[in-house]
Amino acid sequence: MPDSKAIFLKDATVNAADGDQRAFIRKALGGYYTNRDLQKARYRDWERARDAASLAKWSAVNDLANVLEKFTANFERNGGVVHWARDAAEARAIILKIAEDAKAKAIVKSKCMTSEEIHLNDALEKAGYGVVESDLGEFIQQLRGEAPYHFVFPCMHVKREAISELFTKHLGTAPTDSPEELTMIARRHLRQLYVDADIGITGANFLVAETGQISITENEGNARLTAALPRIHIALSGIEKVVNNLDDLSVLLPMLATAGAGQPMTCYNTLYSGPRKKGECDGPEEFHIVLLDNARTRLLSDPEQRDALHCIRCGACLNVCPIFKNIGGLAYGTTYQGPIGSVITPHLRGLKQWNHLSGASSLCGACTDACPVRIDLHHHLLHNRRNAAKESPTLFDRAFHNGFNFVIKRPWLFATGGRIFRATLPLLQKLPLPYMGAWMKTRDLPKAPSQSFRDQWKNQNV
Amino acid sequence: MRVSLFVPCFVDQLTPKVGLATAKVLKRLGHEVEFRSAQTCCGQPSFNSGQWDVAREAAIRALEVFRGAEVVVGPSGSCVAMMRQFYPELLKGTPHAAEADDLAARTFEFSEFLVKKLGVTDVGAKFAKKVTYHDGCHALRELRLKEEPRQLLRAVKGLELIETEEGETCCGFGGLFSAKFPMISTAMVQVKGGALARTGADFVVSSDPSCLLQIGGWLSREGKPILPLHIAEVLANDA
Amino acid sequence: MSDARSDIFARIREALKVKAPKPHLKTDANPGKTSTVAKPWLPDGGETADASLTILAEQLAKLKAVLIRVPDKAAAAKAVAELSAAKNWKKVAFHGHELLRPIAASLPCETWEADASFDKQRLEGCDAGITTCESIVAQLGSILVSSATSGGRALSVLPHVHVVVAEASQVVPDLGEALALAKARHGDQMPSMLSFITGPSRTGDIERILVLGAHGPKELYLVLIG
Repeated sequence: MPDSKAIFLKDATVNAADGDQRAFIRKALGGYYTNRDLQKARYRDWERARDAASLAKWSAVNDLANVLEKFTANFERNGGVVHWARDAAEARAIILKIAEDAKAKAIVKSKCMTSEEIHLNDALEKAGYGVVESDLGEFIQQLRGEAPYHFVFPCMHVKREAISELFTKHLGTAPTDSPEELTMIARRHLRQLYVDADIGITGANFLVAETGQISITENEGNARLTAALPRIHIALSGIEKVVNNLDDLSVLLPMLATAGAGQPMTCYNTLYSGPRKKGECDGPEEFHIVLLDNARTRLLSDPEQRDALHCIRCGACLNVCPIFKNIGGLAYGTTYQGPIGSVITPHLRGLKQWNHLSGASSLCGACTDACPVRIDLHHHLLHNRRNAAKESPTLFDRAFHNGFNFVIKRPWLFATGGRIFRATLPLLQKLPLPYMGAWMKTRDLPKAPSQSFRDQWKNQNV
Repeated sequence: MRVSLFVPCFVDQLTPKVGLATAKVLKRLGHEVEFRSAQTCCGQPSFNSGQWDVAREAAIRALEVFRGAEVVVGPSGSCVAMMRQFYPELLKGTPHAAEADDLAARTFEFSEFLVKKLGVTDVGAKFAKKVTYHDGCHALRELRLKEEPRQLLRAVKGLELIETEEGETCCGFGGLFSAKFPMISTAMVQVKGGALARTGADFVVSSDPSCLLQIGGWLSREGKPILPLHIAEVLANDA
Repeated sequence: MSDARSDIFARIREALKVKAPKPHLKTDANPGKTSTVAKPWLPDGGETADASLTILAEQLAKLKAVLIRVPDKAAAAKAVAELSAAKNWKKVAFHGHELLRPIAASLPCETWEADASFDKQRLEGCDAGITTCESIVAQLGSILVSSATSGGRALSVLPHVHVVVAEASQVVPDLGEALALAKARHGDQMPSMLSFITGPSRTGDIERILVLGAHGPKELYLVLIG
């Protein structure tokens, strides 16, 4: 197994030192902050809206079995086919089987992070299918052979020059530095692919139990086309995406857009109930949904962090996270980057291998404030740290904190130790001590005073 | 009121002037100030490292130290947040839970204590300098303090307060985080420190001495002309 | 081996044996009780029809969608014909609806009732698609189309321009009302697609710079009668 922590430390170190790239990311997010604040200001009470959104997700997640039963019964009543997958391998097998039965050749996909989670494209390509990502950002990342950098803004780290080169190489188009022209190149290239594809694969943002509809949020129209033109529509979704009622969307859809992209609503918010109905002129003949567990029930079984399943994948926590902005999305090595990724990845893929992400945070809490469904993100990073220390304590950590405890529980020792520490500080700073050496590389410590507070207080107040 | 000082361990050892300034302001306002010397560290380094058993011991000791104190006031949003927000979480379901809640209710961050508990904004300070304010994340997001320190600073005679870009951005300290992930922490302080330096202020003031350690340490290394100063030091200045 | 469905349900039931507390809400749990508006904390959708129309116009302008207000059906046909001439449309597809047929007939170009003889390749070659809609949400500037009111799924998204013709009475204040209306109208026979369209298709994927017309229409017109 690759050492995920070592890779993270290496990548994060390289990226954190890349001032140009960091400035590029910061600039790219500038417009988002402005628009988000403008849209938030239109809410008559954003905090109450957050309460309502959080309550809507809480009530569905905490009654998940019943809500899923209701959703799937209604989905089937609408003429859709429900598939269940315990893990990634099962989900891939189900989708491959549908493609095989349909004798499909070409598959078009709209943005779906769950498909990244199960590495669906690899599996489809290995089986000989042509798979094209249709979301512009995902399309660019597919051509680059790179995972999404940000689960809402997949290629936000790529400069236009690089995209132009990429298109020249793969599509044979003339170089341009205009984002508009680059977008039009992709538009022209993809249009015929929608028309020709046999299968369209999408994700789902919400599964509405009351009506059996799935809700898909997007801006480009690619999901609309993916679910309109191919003969078969497959939606892949985590089991936690259910909500009870259609009315819940009247809160969740606008908040997803505002928190995630600084919009009042994204361009297309579409509800699908079943394949083409009698009397309808287009739409797929078959509509499948693959409902994926893949360790979500493990997270569900932790009541302390269960609210992480409320996540609507808006990406707001990434956009405000100083860690994300400084190390970039790829360094995480996860499907879900940023604070939410650091919280849930240990549950989905193992605490021992992924706890370092919870450690790599100053716990500033900007994410928690940004979360439209009030997930207690930064405190969950603390919970992961606690669970990891219990599950697989490192010797160094135990020794360090036990030693520290030995000192601080004895005020006289603390005072004496402090005196020695201050006296020898100039020397200590030159030694390669753990922690202090790392600190001193880029920062100075203040000059140590000759007397501590407690000594001065005693002298003043005798 | 009889105020029991809660002096962060690194203030005790590295920046004692912050503790002295805190006491000076409180005394000037006519309050009795005590320092219980059995206090050491609140346990936050261990708590943040996941070593909750160790942190729990520190919390229980703090309960003993401050038992019977009328109010506990600390010049650090971070250490006060530890006592107020995290002790109750650490000691939930233990025999100490009620006492942890009780201590939390009696514990205040310095600027919060002045403005919210005492209702004072003008403490009679003078400081004819240009300053910018850094919100420590614990004060801002755990204790929800934003206006309180600014109200105090605006009332200081001669002081010009200017806001900074990246105002609510973390400085990258995060306790042991700054040493465990020094490259990320440094990138963060470059962003924050760079913005603070661009304000043209003489001092960056904060209610969090730990942020000032980080910001000041970086500013000093980079030779930037802006100096770190704790809000208590500003408010203590009356000459 | 048990099947995946029962396994997953067993895991869920096991996991939920331990209850999670209600989320920690920052405000009172039952807001909105004192107001006539269903969710008085969301963006305002207007409490009167006039107020709603004002908000709608503001929202559409910000979204770079074009609102054309006309007094009657004849004026609507004239407006769309002018648009067609100005933009030099060659082929226009429209939804077979009594409101739209006379409009299509007045256009100075080739027109095609797309849902009568659907052909995706032919639709791809059309310059514009004309549809009706279910309702219009003032609060957000969203137009709710459905496979029933908009000639299926593709007509409102595949052509480069989308024109919606609607009556002013179809404007509702907020999203909640639009959803409730759709539920009341269709019951458990929902159209297979309902889509809230909020401005022309867009992307910010390249350097977060806004570009209109990513895959769907680059231009969106709402012709509002009355």
